[in-house]
Amino acid sequence: MDWVIEARDLTKIYKMGEFDVQALRGVSFTITRGEVVSIMGPSGSGKSTMMNTLGCLDRPTSGEYMLDGEAVATMTDDQLASVRNRKVGFVFQSFNLLSRLTAVGNVELPLRYAGLVEGRRDRAKAALEMVGLGDRMTHRPYELSGGQQQRVAVARAIVNDPAIIMADEPTGNLDSKVGKEIMNLLLNLNKERGTTLIIVTHDPLIAAQTQRVIRLRDGELDLTYEENGGSKP
Amino acid sequence: MSFAQALLEAIESLNGNKMRSGLTVLGIVIGVAAVIAMLAVGNGAQESITGSISSIGTNLLFVFRGGPEQGGGGPPGRGGSGNNDRPLTLGDAEAIADPFAAPSVAAVAPAIQGNGVITYAGENTSTTISGVTAAYSSVRNMELAEGEFINEEHINGRMSVVILGPETADAIFGYHDGIVGETVRIEGQPFRIIGVLVAKGGGAFGSEDDAAYIPFTTAQARLIKRGSLDQVDVIFVQATTAETVTSASDEISNILRQRHRTPVGEDDFTVFTQQDFLQTFESITGVLTIFLGGIAGISLLVGGIGIMNIMLVSVTERTREIGLRKALGARKKDILLQFLTESSLLSLLGGIIGILFGWLIAFVVGKVAAATGNNFTPIVGTDAILLSTSFSAIIGLFFGIYPASRAANLEPVEALRHE
Repeated sequence: MDWVIEARDLTKIYKMGEFDVQALRGVSFTITRGEVVSIMGPSGSGKSTMMNTLGCLDRPTSGEYMLDGEAVATMTDDQLASVRNRKVGFVFQSFNLLSRLTAVGNVELPLRYAGLVEGRRDRAKAALEMVGLGDRMTHRPYELSGGQQQRVAVARAIVNDPAIIMADEPTGNLDSKVGKEIMNLLLNLNKERGTTLIIVTHDPLIAAQTQRVIRLRDGELDLTYEENGGSKP
Repeated sequence: MSFAQALLEAIESLNGNKMRSGLTVLGIVIGVAAVIAMLAVGNGAQESITGSISSIGTNLLFVFRGGPEQGGGGPPGRGGSGNNDRPLTLGDAEAIADPFAAPSVAAVAPAIQGNGVITYAGENTSTTISGVTAAYSSVRNMELAEGEFINEEHINGRMSVVILGPETADAIFGYHDGIVGETVRIEGQPFRIIGVLVAKGGGAFGSEDDAAYIPFTTAQARLIKRGSLDQVDVIFVQATTAETVTSASDEISNILRQRHRTPVGEDDFTVFTQQDFLQTFESITGVLTIFLGGIAGISLLVGGIGIMNIMLVSVTERTREIGLRKALGARKKDILLQFLTESSLLSLLGGIIGILFGWLIAFVVGKVAAATGNNFTPIVGTDAILLSTSFSAIIGLFFGIYPASRAANLEPVEALRHE
């Protein structure tokens, strides 16, 4: 199988003063390249920790994690930064655009950190056109609607041709109509470019549009549900 | 990310918060401007003083009554009375003038000095009255705008003649041309003006332009009473060349020790060379410059702390932005570079504005000094400029490092969660 994500026995322990909080208790699963997966679970289930770990924002306490052929679990901070830059595109609930920069400037950011100098602007423009914002290049975030801002964020996520897109409640701050548009945009990008899409959500309607749901409960995979193929290990 | 990009981003970021950036820069501006202006004033003062001392003549020596211990430094002569020191006399001056005992001495000019009021047609002014000999004009490099200087005839005849400085003449006549031949009254006694000096500007010992010179004998007998008829206040000595000043000083000391019968080390007179004055004043102005520079440096330090403060606020404010940048692939050194560039840019900007501002202050001080008739020009040295720019850049870096490293070491997960 062509696995883009291979997680084996992931655990994560947070030290909260004297107590150890176990956010992940040995989670193992794989995600195939080009798959659309949603991660669900009630709050406190380890959903955010899972997203941070899969997005290489944080290291697991133990276990193995292969992302697109690279062993992430033991990397240094700077190596992780490089992996995030090349392999992961983030879409956040609250867009997280820099208000000082124009739309195209925001989309350019990952390319800047990739050390790219030539063709940066062109690639950023191409990404913006792909999300349907070809006519809003030089607008700043506050001149754009919520849906348009999230489109800019999506463009920023795909500009570096990542292996996976991590979307954390991508429609959470949008009304249902605009949310649907963003979902369609993400699903289309998956279809057209074959980019693996991982959506963290608690909205069953969103989860229903994905090929597979990974459910978490108390830091472990919840295998009692069988939805869209269920959370097969 | 390249440095040019970091620079662009820093400009963007500082531009986005103009008011705050401006106020932060202000601290450095004031500090650098203070350093530049203070050093300029200090240097200017030094130049002005050493310049006026040099204008006295490099081969001039002063002999005062009173030993170095009692009299202290500087020109103590008049303050050294009231003890057992023997006063200097005309005889001392003549002995010093002996070419065999003191081959390094070219000319000797004893003088007594006092204050007096000069009146002419209802106008009056108070000035320094010096009783001098004929050699005085050559020893002190005096130039006459008109008339002639006091000669032997005037001395021997105890004649009532006077040479006026141009300022003194201005004070009572309102002008200083064509007054030779007029008669003024000094302390009520009539004196005929026989010469007027060329204006020289301010000197280290008050303006030489505001003075009156009369024959030594006349002063002794009628104006400036001293204990004995041949007592003098100060003896000006001209060495043959600038190189023989030291040997002249030794020769004078030996002669006076013999005449005053004082053992070595218990001199009751002081020989001062122009070099001594220079050294004294240079050390005074040196201390002054360091003192002023130190105060200015402290304000620069305070400015640096202001930068650190603002950068810390900025880092806290932009925690989320830092988290996002890290999520997008920024490494530690990218963030570090970004914030260091911002703080350095702030201080560099402050440095440049401060230099211009300090220059302006120095210029205005110079103009004010010129307008009030002081011969004083502040000097903005390249050393001051280099010192303050490098100091402010270092301050920007130093006080930027802590906030920047705090930003660089933020955990991306924590930073992204920050509200």
